[in-house]
Amino acid sequence: MLETFNNLLLGFSVALSPSVLVYAFVGCIIGTLVGMMPGLGPLAGISLLLPATFGLNPIIAIVLLSGVYYGAMYGGSTTSILMRIPGEAASVMTCVDGYAMTQNGRAGPALAIAAIGSFIAGTAGVVGLMLLAPTLAEFALRFGPPEYTALLMMGLFILAYMSGGSMLKTLAMAGLGLMLGMIGIDAMSGYTRFSFDLVELGDGVGIVPVAVGLFGISEILLTAGQDAAPKVQNPKLHDLIPSREEFRLSVGPIARGSLLGFMIGIIPGSAHIISSFVSYGIERRMSKHPERFGKGAIEGVAGPESANNAAASGAFVPMMALGIPTSPVTAVMIAAIMVHGISPGPLLISQQPELFWGFVASMYVGNVVLLVLNLPMVGLFVNLLRIPYAYLYPCILAFCILGTYSVSNSMIDVWIMLIMGGIGYVLRKFDYDLAPVALGLVLSPMLELSLRQSLAMSAGDYGIFLERPIATTMLGLGVLLFLLSIKPLIFKSKDWRSKVGLDEVEG
Amino acid sequence: MRSDQFSGLMLLLLALYLGWQNRAYPVGSLQEPGPGYMPLLLAVFLGATGLLIALWGGKSKPLAAIRWSGAMRALVIMVASAVGAFALEHIGYRITVIALLIFFLGVIERRRPLPVLLVSFGFGLISFYVVGDLLHVPLPRSPWGF
Repeated sequence: MLETFNNLLLGFSVALSPSVLVYAFVGCIIGTLVGMMPGLGPLAGISLLLPATFGLNPIIAIVLLSGVYYGAMYGGSTTSILMRIPGEAASVMTCVDGYAMTQNGRAGPALAIAAIGSFIAGTAGVVGLMLLAPTLAEFALRFGPPEYTALLMMGLFILAYMSGGSMLKTLAMAGLGLMLGMIGIDAMSGYTRFSFDLVELGDGVGIVPVAVGLFGISEILLTAGQDAAPKVQNPKLHDLIPSREEFRLSVGPIARGSLLGFMIGIIPGSAHIISSFVSYGIERRMSKHPERFGKGAIEGVAGPESANNAAASGAFVPMMALGIPTSPVTAVMIAAIMVHGISPGPLLISQQPELFWGFVASMYVGNVVLLVLNLPMVGLFVNLLRIPYAYLYPCILAFCILGTYSVSNSMIDVWIMLIMGGIGYVLRKFDYDLAPVALGLVLSPMLELSLRQSLAMSAGDYGIFLERPIATTMLGLGVLLFLLSIKPLIFKSKDWRSKVGLDEVEG
Repeated sequence: MRSDQFSGLMLLLLALYLGWQNRAYPVGSLQEPGPGYMPLLLAVFLGATGLLIALWGGKSKPLAAIRWSGAMRALVIMVASAVGAFALEHIGYRITVIALLIFFLGVIERRRPLPVLLVSFGFGLISFYVVGDLLHVPLPRSPWGF
C-alpha cells in the first residue's frame, strides 16, 4: 500500500506539472464539447485529435486523449438532459428521466446530480484502476501465447454474453471486424491477404479510419436531415442545487452505478453503453416506486451517469495492464501510445511508472476539473447547441476527413473511412451494433498470431490450451458464458437483459 | 421479407465471397495453420452467424418498414465527400474544404450566401492554421502553394 502511495505521489508530481495540467484541462473541455455534439462521440473525438498528439510527449498525449474520453462521457449528459438528444450513445438512458426532469422544471438538479455522480464514479473508477492494474500486470507476466489466445477468446465470448442487443448480430459484427483485421501482410508467412493489389493495404486497415467512418460518418449520414436548432434551456447557477430528497435518492444509484460500471468497463464490448443500460434497469427494478421512472426519477439520471463514467475508467485496466483494448476507444488510445514507441502491456507499469502513475493522477485531476468547470459553465456550453445542425455537420465531416488523413497522410485511409461510413449507415438501419467491428479489427491480428505461436510451441497439439491452468480457466469461463448466452436462444428462457428489465427499457 | 432475413443473407453472401477470395492463400492444416486458415475459419463463422440471423429473423421488422427517406441526402453527402477526398491531394486542403463547405451549406442546405462564405472560408483557413501551422500536421497544399 505504501508503494502504491509513493507511486501515486510520483504520478501527481507529473500530473500537476503546468504543461500536463493545461492539456488535462484542454482535453476535458474538448471532450465536453465533443460529447455534446451529436455525430462526434468520444471515439470520433479521440480519433480526430490523434494526429495532434504525435508531436507531444507520450504522457501529455495520453492525458489529453483520456481527458477527451471522460469529458465526452460528461458532455453527453448535458444534451440528454436539456434537449433529449444523447450527445453520445452512453447517454441514451439519461434522456429518459433527465429530459422528463427538465420538463418538470428540474433541469438544474438533474445536471448537478449527473455531474456529481460522474465525479464520484470517475474517482472511484480511478481508485479501482490504481489498485487493480498493477496487480493484473504482475499476474500477466506469466502469460505466454496460449494464455493470450485464451484471454482473447474469453473476451470474444464475454462480448457475445454482454451484448446489449441481439447476440447473433453482435457475433456477426465481431466476425466482420475480425475479418477486416485479416487484411494486410500475415506476420508469420509474409503473405499479403485481401489487399486487392493496393500497396497501402499491406499494413492492414487502421483503427482510426474504421472508427471514424463507423461512428462519425454514419452518424452524420443518419442525422444530416435535421433542420432548425432545437430549443435549449439555459439553467442558471443557483438552479443547479438539488433538494435534500434528491440527494438522498441519488446516493444508492451513484454507489451501485460506480461499482457496476467499473466491473462492466473491464470486460470487452461497448462497456460504457451497456453499463448505463444495465444500471437504469437495476435502479428501476430496485425502486419502491418504479412507476416514477420515465417521468423524471432522479435515480434514472444518477445511476446511468455514474455507471458510464466508472466504465470509462474500468476500460483502462486491461488496456494498461494487458495491452488489450476492450473498447474501440481504448484501441485508438493504444495506437496513440504506440506511435511514441511505447507498448502498453504487463511491463508498462514497471518500465514506465511515470507514464502510468502520471496518467492515473491526471484522471483524478481531470475529474475535479470537470466538476468545478462544467457546472458553472453549463450555460456557456449549451450555446453551442443553438448552432443549426446544417452548419455543424459539414464542419464535423471536414474534421473527419482532416483527422483521418492526418494520421498517416494517406488517401487510402480517407477512402476506407468513407466506405466504412456507408457500411455503418446501412448496418445501423438494420439495428447492428458497430462496436464489435472495431474491437474485432484490433483483436484479430493478436488472436491469429498468439494462436499460431501456441501451435508452433506445441508442435500442433491443441492440448496446450488444456495443460496450462490459466489458459484452461479462461477458456472454460469463456465457454461457460457462451453457453449461458445461447441458452435463451435454445430454451426461450429469460437472460440477464430481461432480468434487469433491459428489454422493457429498450422497447 | 424481414429485415433480419435480408441482412443475414447479405452477410452469408459476403462470407461466401470472402471464402472464395481466400482460395489464393494456403490454408495449411489444423496442426500447422497457414495464412489462409484464420480467414477461412472467420468466413465460415461469419456465414454461419449470417445464416442463423436469417433463420431466426422471421419476427424482425419487415424490410419495407426500414425508412430510407434520408438515404438520397446521405448518398449526396458520400459522393461529395468522395470527390473532396479525391481533390484533397490535387488542389490542397484549404481549397478543397472551402469548396466542400460551400457545396454542403449553399447547395445541399440552401443557406444564405454570406453565412455560407463566412463559415466556409473561416473554417477552411482557421482549421489549416491550427492543425497545419500550430500542430505541424503536414496537410496537402495546392500546386500553387496555397
